[in-house]
Amino acid sequence: MSDARKDILERIRAGLGRGPLAEGAISGLEKNLAAPTRHLIPERGRGEGRALVDRFRAEAERANATIARIAAREDAPAGVAAYLKEHGLPTAIRAAPALENVSWTEQNGLTAGFGQAGADDAVGVTQAFAGVAETGTLVTLSGPQTPSSLNFLPDTHIVLLDSARIFAAYEDVWTRLRTELGSGEMPRAVTWIAGPSRSADIELKLLLGVHGPRRLHILLIDGQGG
Amino acid sequence: MKVSSPRFKDNAREALADAALRESLRSFTRSFPLKRQEAIARLPEFDQLRDIGRAIKDHSLEHLDFYLERFEAQVTARGGQVHWCRDAAEARETILRLCREAGAKTVTKSKSMVGEEIDLNDHLETHGIQPIETDLGEYIIQVREESPSHILAPAIHLSSGQIADTFRDKHPELPAQRSLDDPQTVLEEARAVLRNKFLNADVGLTGANFLIAETGSVVVVTNEGNADLVMTLPKTHIVLAGLEKVVPTLEDGTTILRLLARSSTGQDTATYTTFCTGLGAEDDPDGPDALHIVLLDNGRSEMLAGAFREMLRCIRCGACLNHCPVYAQIGGHAYGWVYSGPMGKVLTPGLLGLDHAADLPNASSFCGKCEEVCPMRIPLPKMMRSWRERQFEEKRTPARARAGLRLWASLARRPALYRWVMGLTFGVLGRMGRRRGRFRRMPFAGGWTAVRDFPAPEGKTFLAQWAERKASER
Repeated sequence: MSDARKDILERIRAGLGRGPLAEGAISGLEKNLAAPTRHLIPERGRGEGRALVDRFRAEAERANATIARIAAREDAPAGVAAYLKEHGLPTAIRAAPALENVSWTEQNGLTAGFGQAGADDAVGVTQAFAGVAETGTLVTLSGPQTPSSLNFLPDTHIVLLDSARIFAAYEDVWTRLRTELGSGEMPRAVTWIAGPSRSADIELKLLLGVHGPRRLHILLIDGQGG
Repeated sequence: MKVSSPRFKDNAREALADAALRESLRSFTRSFPLKRQEAIARLPEFDQLRDIGRAIKDHSLEHLDFYLERFEAQVTARGGQVHWCRDAAEARETILRLCREAGAKTVTKSKSMVGEEIDLNDHLETHGIQPIETDLGEYIIQVREESPSHILAPAIHLSSGQIADTFRDKHPELPAQRSLDDPQTVLEEARAVLRNKFLNADVGLTGANFLIAETGSVVVVTNEGNADLVMTLPKTHIVLAGLEKVVPTLEDGTTILRLLARSSTGQDTATYTTFCTGLGAEDDPDGPDALHIVLLDNGRSEMLAGAFREMLRCIRCGACLNHCPVYAQIGGHAYGWVYSGPMGKVLTPGLLGLDHAADLPNASSFCGKCEEVCPMRIPLPKMMRSWRERQFEEKRTPARARAGLRLWASLARRPALYRWVMGLTFGVLGRMGRRRGRFRRMPFAGGWTAVRDFPAPEGKTFLAQWAERKASER
């Protein structure tokens, strides 16, 4: 197989009409990889403060997500219970271990299990790493605290998002991720999520809930009101 | 998939006679351009971003060897493995071997055009491994034993009723009396059937929209979430990607992602965009135990050299198909291979050779719409002309057409003679056609006039008018 590798690299260089890159050229490319440049950030990916929260909300709703505001993390169980009740959905939830320190089962009528989602879990509750106002997109990370199966297997997908972690543009999230995890470090899966699963493959009709969740509900932890 | 591009003309004729297909195409080619237009209206910087996107891709291709090696190093450092494959056969063998090593009986797949390119499903089936397409449209055409008619909406040529009939036929284990009257019930059935397949597959195979050299990430974009189930549940994840997919950084990929969904479906962003990087931490409860990335050349490196390098910027958004007047008439199957529409007309001869695609670069009205909407600003009409030139040089053009072109060329090289002959022709045709204003039939142009009239020339030739105008300006 290493023959194939060698052949392909040679063909590429032949196609480009040159030999291997010179040391100087390589160090220039390395520099950019070590400190990536941002390109043009569109207007809708700029701004700050309340404007971002408002834009996130509007854009997420455009993408068929629903949003409810809660004052603090401790209110998440009540928020989840209210949503499930309103839609007549099962009250057994599978939640991310990151949310284990919230009291889920007291007085809300919920039963909660924690960890990755299985085939029979109807409701998945997890927590987003960030939100992107530009398109109302959630950014979730895989890992033991927030297993990625929670995002895809359950019919109902409920995500907690701290309004302080709503950023203007995708690039802001990359910057934050590099700061928090260390430059060049990535979890196995970083997923941008805009609304519930969908398809227009049959006669161009928009249908929700194709393979992933049928509905996406965002609980926005937002002490400031709005 | 099997190649039928050489019989393009027959394919096109059959497609034109297919009323149901024409009806699907009509609604399709109306709705997608409109949605794209609306999405762009919400992003005023769209054209600037196109220029930046083009520059990113050009830079990546210019340093392709460096970025691929860096990508590989990053994948390896994170527990994955990269397999370089020179051609389709090598990629098929590699994937089969990986599936066998994983002891696979079934492989769930999210939509991969490269998978169609290398005819992967047939190969796996022949060797006793069941590939299962999970993209809704792709699943439908798989059970119908058809091929995709559009790179992003593969079952666009079918009505809901046709799909319901197919499901009744192909899901005999379900009650015969069940209702499949509308798209929603059809969807529910597909969801239920495929959910089991997702959970039980031994290997998951996805394509890649981008490869990120900085981190060794594979970027996969879907609306259904099927790719995420495919890469999250099975113990082995295989990625099949063309080697032109690599870009340097997360920021570079992000910029091009702003163009992708808007150009293809008119969404601001796809529902799910996953950056999949290595095997992850030991304590990650989800995800595979093995990650293999199959990098395919299959003619791409040769395209770097000549007139077709810019085609490697293509991000497979489908905008050129959605806006093409030829595609709107005949749909994707007529093109005879996985890549259809304007991008197919350039890519198919590039990857398969002109032998297999001689008619494709000629099936164009040269309206230029494809280049106008291409987010990567690929000069598709120019490249179709380059293929035509190559056909002429390699003497593939029919003898009569070549003789005609040669006659015209010898005239055009003698300006005085050209003006005289054209003036004469114009005068004669103009007088002959004065009454009707057009000709039903023309000698030597029967192919052209069989389906349309030839307009009779009016007044003087262009060159004569030009000379007069220049003279009067003086």
